[in-house]
Amino acid sequence: MSFKLIKQAFSSGQPPPMWKPQPLKDRYDVVIIGGGGHGLATAYYLAREHGITDVAVLEKRYIGSGGSGRNTAIVRSNYLTPEGVRFYDESVKLYGQMSEEFDFNVMFSRRGHLTLAHTDGAVRTMRRRAEVNRLQGVDSRLIWPDELARLCPPLDLSDHPRYPVQAALYHPPGGIIRHDAVVWGYARHAVRRGVHLHQLTEVTGITVEKGKVTGVNTRRGRIKAGTVLNVTAGWAGVIADMAGVKLPIATSPLQACVTEPLKPFLDVIIVSGSLHVYISQSDRGELVMGAAVDPFASYSMRGSFSFIEGLAGHMLELFPSLRHVRLMRQWAGLCDMTPDYSPIMGHTSVDGFLVDVGWGTYGFKAIPVSGKMMAQLIATGQTPDLIRPFRLSRFEEHNLVGEKGAASVGH
Amino acid sequence: MILLNCPNCGPRNVQEFRFGGEHNPRPAAPLAVDNAEWTDYLFLKANKLGVQKEWWYHRAGCRLWFLAERHTQSNQVLKTYCWTARPNREGETCVE
Ligand SMILES: Cc1cc2nc3c(=O)[nH]c(=O)nc-3n(C[C@H](O)[C@H](O)[C@H](O)COP(=O)(O)OP(=O)(O)OC[C@H]3O[C@@H](n4cnc5c(N)ncnc54)[C@H](O)[C@@H]3O)c2cc1C
Ligand SMILES: [Zn+2]
Repeated sequence: MSFKLIKQAFSSGQPPPMWKPQPLKDRYDVVIIGGGGHGLATAYYLAREHGITDVAVLEKRYIGSGGSGRNTAIVRSNYLTPEGVRFYDESVKLYGQMSEEFDFNVMFSRRGHLTLAHTDGAVRTMRRRAEVNRLQGVDSRLIWPDELARLCPPLDLSDHPRYPVQAALYHPPGGIIRHDAVVWGYARHAVRRGVHLHQLTEVTGITVEKGKVTGVNTRRGRIKAGTVLNVTAGWAGVIADMAGVKLPIATSPLQACVTEPLKPFLDVIIVSGSLHVYISQSDRGELVMGAAVDPFASYSMRGSFSFIEGLAGHMLELFPSLRHVRLMRQWAGLCDMTPDYSPIMGHTSVDGFLVDVGWGTYGFKAIPVSGKMMAQLIATGQTPDLIRPFRLSRFEEHNLVGEKGAASVGH
Repeated sequence: MILLNCPNCGPRNVQEFRFGGEHNPRPAAPLAVDNAEWTDYLFLKANKLGVQKEWWYHRAGCRLWFLAERHTQSNQVLKTYCWTARPNREGETCVE
């Protein structure tokens, strides 16, 4: 690997592309709409685990141009419901094997994840989460300010802030991973196994005959398909509408920002559920910060000043020493929010038209497990147990998966 | 979008308001609807990319719930108006 790097340094021109462009066929067994992490991972596992390679991933812009390339890359499994914890924990385990599997460094750093509690109610929720987590075998516990001070010295633990910190939920396996590398790794290995990846190929319609999906229309022509998977996150409703399916999803922007690079300062992830902010330090030294979704539903990806103002105010209550640090960049991505803060995976009322959507502000960490489960579902037609709680029909059964307590902070 | 035009108070900073979701009329006879219609009313959304009719609440102002038509991509607000049981007339104010 390092020899290749040296050789590259002395050669002129571009590094070799990670994958070659393929011709657009007029029929595929499986058409995946959306070239984010979820779509690419599903394609990869279809090829690797089930030998299904007549697969096309259709992407409107370039791969990772949606949430998968805009998120703050936090990976954790300390959720509130047993079904959520089991599911996300499987994903964290798969992320742990990824660098080796892809022979590509995805820079997974398990640095520890801390969710602060500022009120008695929050302390109670954290305690409950810790117990649910432990019952599922996930490393997670409630800690008090003395231990918190050792883990995160710059945090203001005095009684000066408006909402003093009372305790925290500590989740040592939580971490950060390089999101672009995850997207590229899945893309490269899916293509190596025969999957076709078509960027700049926007889907504009879906054809359904007698209740069964038969293909998609794109800006580059019609494509017939046996199975069509909607993995378009923020645009999930637009795509579902093309097939005549209505989803319990509202699209909202989520913003994030980074500061100028600093010396190593923070080696854990800090989240405050009550103040709705979170922060971690990247390998380049920048502080990566985010908050909850914007206050109204929208497909706009413009940043807003009120976000920066609100976030900075809350961040300074936690870390007063940051007051002279400058912000470098701000951006937004679209999040497909469901009423129970849980995803929607599986069949719809249209035969052959499947969804893997509703990933809201928390879907990056689920990419490996969701890709694997959706591939299994497409290959076998059977819904795996791990994702049965997330079926679309849970809404008409009035059997929701209340994850709000662990997922309403956007990461 | 920075300003939202409250039918009572006029243009105000959007931060004074609370977004109330897309307009989703309650079934006319709630006791007569079947499960599918009830599920649709409770959970399903058009989530439109385009001009959406939606609820807003002037939380830090006159406390009026009113309707707006906004483009969900540009956030441009085309109009705001009061809810009435009958169709709105052009230029109508909220005080009857
Ligand atoms: C600021 C921010 C921070 C976040 N932080 C975290 C975090 O820390 N941890 C975490 O787990 N999650 C986080 N998330 C959520 C996470 O990013 C998403 O849930 C996840 O990336 C969704 O992946 P996806 O593959 O389903 O969708 P996306 O990556 O959004 O991909 C969908 C793709 O569909 C394409 N598409 C849309 N319409 C069409 C069409 N008509 N035809 C063809 N293609 C189309 C889009 O161009 C896009 O590339 C964050 C999100 C944001 C915005
Ligand atoms: Zn008003």
